[in-house]
Amino acid sequence: MEALSIQNLKKTYATGVQALQGVSLSVLEGDFFALLGPNGAGKTTIIGIVTGLVNKTAGTVRIFGDDLDVAPERTRVHIGVVPQEFNFNIFEKVENIVVSQAGYYGIPRAQAMRDAEVLLKQLGLWEKRDAQSRMLSGGMKRRLMIARALIHRPRLLILDEPTAGVDIELRRGMWEFLAKINNEGVTIILTTHYLEEAEQLCKNVAIINKGEIIEHGSMRELLSTLENESFLFYLKDPISDVVLGALQHCDIHQVDPTTLEVTLKDGARLNDFIVQLARADVTIQSMRNKSNRLEEIFLSLISGDTRE
Amino acid sequence: MESRKIFIAFSTMVRNEVSRFLRIWMQTLIPPVITTVLYYVIFGSFIGSQIAPIHGFSYMQFIVPGLVMMAVITSSFSNVVGSFYFSKFQRSIEELLVSPMPFWVLIAGYITGGVVRGLLVGTITLLVSLFFTHLVVSNIFFVLSFILLTAILFSLAGLLNGLYAKNFDGISIFPTFVLTPLTYLGGIFYSIAALPPFWQSMSKLNPILYMINGFRYGFLGFSDVSVAVSFWILVVCISVLFGINWHLFRKGYGLRS
Repeated sequence: MEALSIQNLKKTYATGVQALQGVSLSVLEGDFFALLGPNGAGKTTIIGIVTGLVNKTAGTVRIFGDDLDVAPERTRVHIGVVPQEFNFNIFEKVENIVVSQAGYYGIPRAQAMRDAEVLLKQLGLWEKRDAQSRMLSGGMKRRLMIARALIHRPRLLILDEPTAGVDIELRRGMWEFLAKINNEGVTIILTTHYLEEAEQLCKNVAIINKGEIIEHGSMRELLSTLENESFLFYLKDPISDVVLGALQHCDIHQVDPTTLEVTLKDGARLNDFIVQLARADVTIQSMRNKSNRLEEIFLSLISGDTRE
Repeated sequence: MESRKIFIAFSTMVRNEVSRFLRIWMQTLIPPVITTVLYYVIFGSFIGSQIAPIHGFSYMQFIVPGLVMMAVITSSFSNVVGSFYFSKFQRSIEELLVSPMPFWVLIAGYITGGVVRGLLVGTITLLVSLFFTHLVVSNIFFVLSFILLTAILFSLAGLLNGLYAKNFDGISIFPTFVLTPLTYLGGIFYSIAALPPFWQSMSKLNPILYMINGFRYGFLGFSDVSVAVSFWILVVCISVLFGINWHLFRKGYGLRS
C-alpha cells in the first residue's frame, strides 16, 4: 500500500514564487524514504502541504489512500511531523508538550502520560520532563519534536532535517532510533542535507530541484548509476614509480608518497585493484571512499550534468 | 474524529489555555481587578457620593455592572488574542493545525479559555465591589446570560484579531483604538438618557451599550435599551463572528501560506 501518493502537485505562493511545478511521487508503506534537494527546492513546501500547513495550488495528495481534499482530518491521524524549525511553546514543560499533543489526537491523558514516559525515556529526555522547553539544548529540542511527533503512534513519520545542527554522536543515536521505529513498521520520509545520513538509512529516494522531481527510485539503483568511484589508499611504505605505472583500469593521483587517490574506470572492480597492489608487494594500511557516493550523484544531478 | 476524541482534544486545549493564564495570574487576573477597584474608589466613592441617585440607585450601584462588564470584555479579548497570536508567533499553533481536530473545536478551545478568564475576572471584580456597595440582583438569568454571551463574543473578537494580526502592533491597535473607546462610551458611567438626542442615537450604534445595559438590567432592573433586543444583538454578533472565524480557519487565513 502507498503511504503517500502525490500527483501533479503545484504550489504558487502569494508572492508569485512557483515552489512546486507538478511534483509526483510515491512512498510505499514501511519505506524509509529520502526527499533530497538543495535549499529552496520545494521539500518543505511538499511537507507543509502533506501535513496541512500549506495550501496547495493544484494536484492530489493521498495518505494511506485517503484524499487530503476529501478527508483532511483522517489523513492527519496517520501523520507525525518533525519540522525544520522548533515550533513548540518555549515556556511549556517538556512532558506537557508531548502529553498535550496526544490530547489533540484524542488520546486520554492517563494513556498519554504513560506513552510519553516511554518515549521520553527512549529519547533520553525523561530527566528533563519538568524543564521548560526553552532550557533544552538544540539536540534535546530536536528529540523533543520527535517524541511529540510519535506520541499518537503515526503510521507515517515525516522528518524535515531532523539532525540539523546536532553533533555526530547524537545524530548517530537518532539514526539508530529512526531505523528501529522503521523496522517496527513506521514509514519514514526524511529530508536532510547530510547525504551520508540518507545513504545509510533510506531505501528509496527522490531528488527535487527547482520544484521538480529530477530523480525518483531506489537508493541502490541510484548509487549503481555512479560510474566512477574514488578511493583513498593509505600505504605502509612509499610506492615506487614502476609499480605505480603498472597499475591498470584506474586513474591514480599520488597525494603524497604513501597516499593514493584512485578512481576506478570502465566498471573495474575494487578487488582487482587491491590484487594488483598485493602482487606488487604493496601493503595497504587503510582505505576509505574519497567522498560520499550519494553526494557525488546529488551534485551532478543538481548541477544539471548528464550521466551516461 | 469521534465525539469522545473531540472532547479529549477540546478539554486538552481548555486545560492548556486555563493553566497558561493561571500560571501568570499576576499579569492576567490582578491588573483588571486593581483597575476596577480604582474606578470604584474614585468614581464610585469620591465622585459618586456627589451625584444624585439614578433610577433610585446610588452612582456606585449604577456603575458596578458596567465596570464588571468592562473587565470581562477586556480580559476575554486579551486572553484569546494574546494566547493565539503568541502561538502563531512562535509557531506552536502548528501543533494544533497538524492534528485531526476539526477547526470548530480549535475555535471552541480558544474561546473557552477566554470565557473562563473573563468570568473569573468578572466574578472577582463583582465580589470586590461588595466592599464598596451592596448589590441587588433583579434577574439572575440576565446577569448570567449577558456576562457569558459577552465573554464569548469578545473571545471570538480576540481570535479574529489574532488571525489578522501580522505583528505585535496588530494585537494592540484594535483594543486601543476601537475596543476601549467603545467600552467607555457604552454607558458604563452614565445613562444615555442624559445625552442629547443625537448622541443617544449615536450611542445606540455601539454594540457594547447593549451588553452593559442588559447586564445592568439583571442587577438593577432597568435599562436604556430593550433587553430583548440586546440579547438578540449578542446572539447575532456571536453567530457572525463564529462564522467568520470558522471560515478564516478553513481558508487558513493568517495560518497557512
